[in-house]
Amino acid sequence: MTHALGFFRSTIGKKVVMAVTGLILFGFVLGHMIGNLQVYLGPEALNAYALWLRELLHGGGLWIARSVLLASVVLHIWSATSLTLESRAARPIAYRKWEPQASTYASRTMRWSGVILLAFVIYHLMHFTFGNAHPDFVEGDVYHNFVAGFRVLPVALFYIVANVLLGLHLRHGVWSMLRTLGLAHPRYMRFAQGGAALFAAVVVLGNVSFPIAVLAGIVP
Amino acid sequence: MNLTLQVWRQKNAQSPGRFVTYQAADISPDMSFLEMLDVLNERLIQKGEDPIAFDHDCREGICGACGVVIDGTAHGPRRRTTTCQLHMRSFRDGDEVTLEPWRARAFPVIKDLIVDRSAFDRIIAAGGFVSAPIGSAPDGNAIPVRKENADLAFDAATCIGCGACVAACPNASASLFVAAKITHLGMLPQGQPERMERALSMVAQMDAEGFGSCTNHGECEAVCPKGIPVAFIARMNADFIKASLTKGRRVAQAGEATAG
Ligand code: HEM
Ligand code: FES
Repeated sequence: MTHALGFFRSTIGKKVVMAVTGLILFGFVLGHMIGNLQVYLGPEALNAYALWLRELLHGGGLWIARSVLLASVVLHIWSATSLTLESRAARPIAYRKWEPQASTYASRTMRWSGVILLAFVIYHLMHFTFGNAHPDFVEGDVYHNFVAGFRVLPVALFYIVANVLLGLHLRHGVWSMLRTLGLAHPRYMRFAQGGAALFAAVVVLGNVSFPIAVLAGIVP
Repeated sequence: MNLTLQVWRQKNAQSPGRFVTYQAADISPDMSFLEMLDVLNERLIQKGEDPIAFDHDCREGICGACGVVIDGTAHGPRRRTTTCQLHMRSFRDGDEVTLEPWRARAFPVIKDLIVDRSAFDRIIAAGGFVSAPIGSAPDGNAIPVRKENADLAFDAATCIGCGACVAACPNASASLFVAAKITHLGMLPQGQPERMERALSMVAQMDAEGFGSCTNHGECEAVCPKGIPVAFIARMNADFIKASLTKGRRVAQAGEATAG
């Protein structure tokens, strides 16, 4: 037992926790986006999909997924916070002058994009899941909630901005995760950076299309 | 050429430091950066002032002693170049240049631009070696080594331990240094018996010294005078993860062995 605890206390162990929980969350955001694409098939398709999710494994499926996601978010934030505090402490005096050579905007803003994403996730749950932040919430009519929710311009804009930040988080996160988990093979790593950017672009474009489609009247 | 230098002056680890402005006049573009500091120091001594302390030894880019953060970049503006191998022709007449020490909690300032890097020595002592019998030299080609592995090991072994990776990392992480040592020994047959213990103990020491963690910015590789690639950090992570997963098995084996 002491050695398992030692692993989770080490910097690399905490990074592994961040990478594995990040991977779970990636799987979720991709699946979530693909599921929502059914809004383009009309109200019946989307509402039937929502019902199917609710009745999966006699209603247990949704709760299993929610538990795994909640645990992932908590562990992800725990490792991010702990490592961030350690890194802050590792440089008590800042440089007067520091010129970035190789880092990207995405890599330097992971902590900010992460915190803003957390705020977004909480708002998003209150908006579409619990409905208490929704102007006209109808339990079970996902299509209606979707369209009515995005007709509010500031809300649509917030979703778009949050998803661009998600894209930045994903772009650096996918790449960083592969490194953290020890994947260094040059043959595959050549594609990893491009793959990370592609993955981020697919998720963001899919998600951003929803509020735009509602505002443009493509989804009535 | 004439330059204005903003130099970090700090008496010792306990006292707070501050920037002091100096004029470096009549500097030849053919001087090295350290020779420029030598000239400035001679003038300071003549005036009865305290010369600027900086670390150096070989002055040919192979010992790892030198290191100054020059205008926000560890070892200055030229890639793959140590501070001692940087020349004043990399600057322009009239430039204002900021000189700071490596900044990390694990590298306390000894004086001015000199920091104490014995944290690196302690990481090496924790596992950055192979156990070999002393006495007669081993037969050169007795142990075959795959060419690709030998090349990778050699690439990693070019690390001179200067600490620029820590200085450049926004997290003050020593991952590139430790990864270079772990890769260097882990790619060779002589390094295999202790490979798992090495990963565990060197990483534990790295953490204990108070370095930050890697977030894959890649700043370290960019400033490394030897161009050690960040991909080696993934190798270190792989060894550490594998060593952690298999630790129970090795403990059990050790128990069996002593039980006879
Ligand atoms: C909820 C608030 C969040 C916070 C505070 C947060 C914070 C962070 C931080 C500080 C990092 C480390 C940066 C680095 O290693 O470069 C990180 C990495 C990562 N994040 Fe997040 N994040 C959050 C949400 C998310 C979400 C929603 C996802 C996925 C959809 C995600 C996926 C990842 C992945 C995969 C990594 C890479 C792990 C690694 O470096 O090995 N994060 N996050
Ligand atoms: S003084 Fe030896 S590397 Fe610069």
